[in-house]
Amino acid sequence: MAVSETHLKQGAAMSELPLEYQTPNDSVKILGFWIFLATDMLLFGCLFATYLVLRTHTDGGPTAHQLFDVPGFTSETFILLTSSFTGGLATLSMRNGNKRAVISWMIVTILLGLSFIGFEAHEFATDVLAGATMQRSAFLSAFFTLVGTHGTHVSIGIVWMLLTMINVARRGLTPATSRKVFIVNLYWHFLDVVWVFIFTIVYLSGVVM
Amino acid sequence: MSAQTGTSVQQQTVTPRHKHKSGKYIVGYLLSLVLTGISFSLALTHSMSFQPLIVVLVILAAFQIVVQLFFFMHVTESDGPAYHAMGLVLGLFFTFAIAFMSVWIMGFNSIVS
Repeated sequence: MAVSETHLKQGAAMSELPLEYQTPNDSVKILGFWIFLATDMLLFGCLFATYLVLRTHTDGGPTAHQLFDVPGFTSETFILLTSSFTGGLATLSMRNGNKRAVISWMIVTILLGLSFIGFEAHEFATDVLAGATMQRSAFLSAFFTLVGTHGTHVSIGIVWMLLTMINVARRGLTPATSRKVFIVNLYWHFLDVVWVFIFTIVYLSGVVM
Repeated sequence: MSAQTGTSVQQQTVTPRHKHKSGKYIVGYLLSLVLTGISFSLALTHSMSFQPLIVVLVILAAFQIVVQLFFFMHVTESDGPAYHAMGLVLGLFFTFAIAFMSVWIMGFNSIVS
């Protein structure tokens, strides 16, 4: 990387970059995480392609229009957008060196993430009880795989955010813990981007169809 | 792994030189709310026909990516050349290639069969 050990000792150069970039080790891990996000985007690209191809293949079963619950996915959308904002405020507090605020915003983000998962679990349970199971049609297989993979990502994100929060609580805001806060929030914002495409391509176009 | 780069940097709690403001985050949040609101109202009021509606919704979603990347994810920041931005552009290109080409070729298949 461009930053060498000598670069680190130059105070003037250090002040230009935020806390999480201050060691070469942490910077290269942030770069690596961006590359992971690019590959995760490919995974979702494949699932979106599958869904777009199969969405009309309902085999006489429930259609997207009959199935999707507008108040349910609207709540999910606003909860996830808000959690992306509160996660961003955790990064901001980290950069301002305010440990207590970082932990508070991470708790808020975790709670919003949990309520998102709660809405999604309720939606899936309602669908399955109404007979719209994953095995019913190609449309439903593609739907549960795409939305379920996103839900799994959010669940992993909640556990990860919790572990990072405990790490910050125990060790304070060092370059290493700051990098962890930054990366878990990159992951969280990325999930919000994926959800924007899910509500656009799956839910809104499903309701209009 | 972090220990390789020097424990002195690792142990100390660093205090930032200058305060970062929350303005950028609030603007980003408001923009994402406005864009989502437009998408929902356009779709749920049935104000447009299906094809143009989908185009408008995808454009609004693309703006949402820009908001997340620039206001929340600090995509312009790095300690050297922006290699991560190149990775993202490449990833975006492949993602849209996979999605659009699948739809295109599978749609063609349903026409001829």
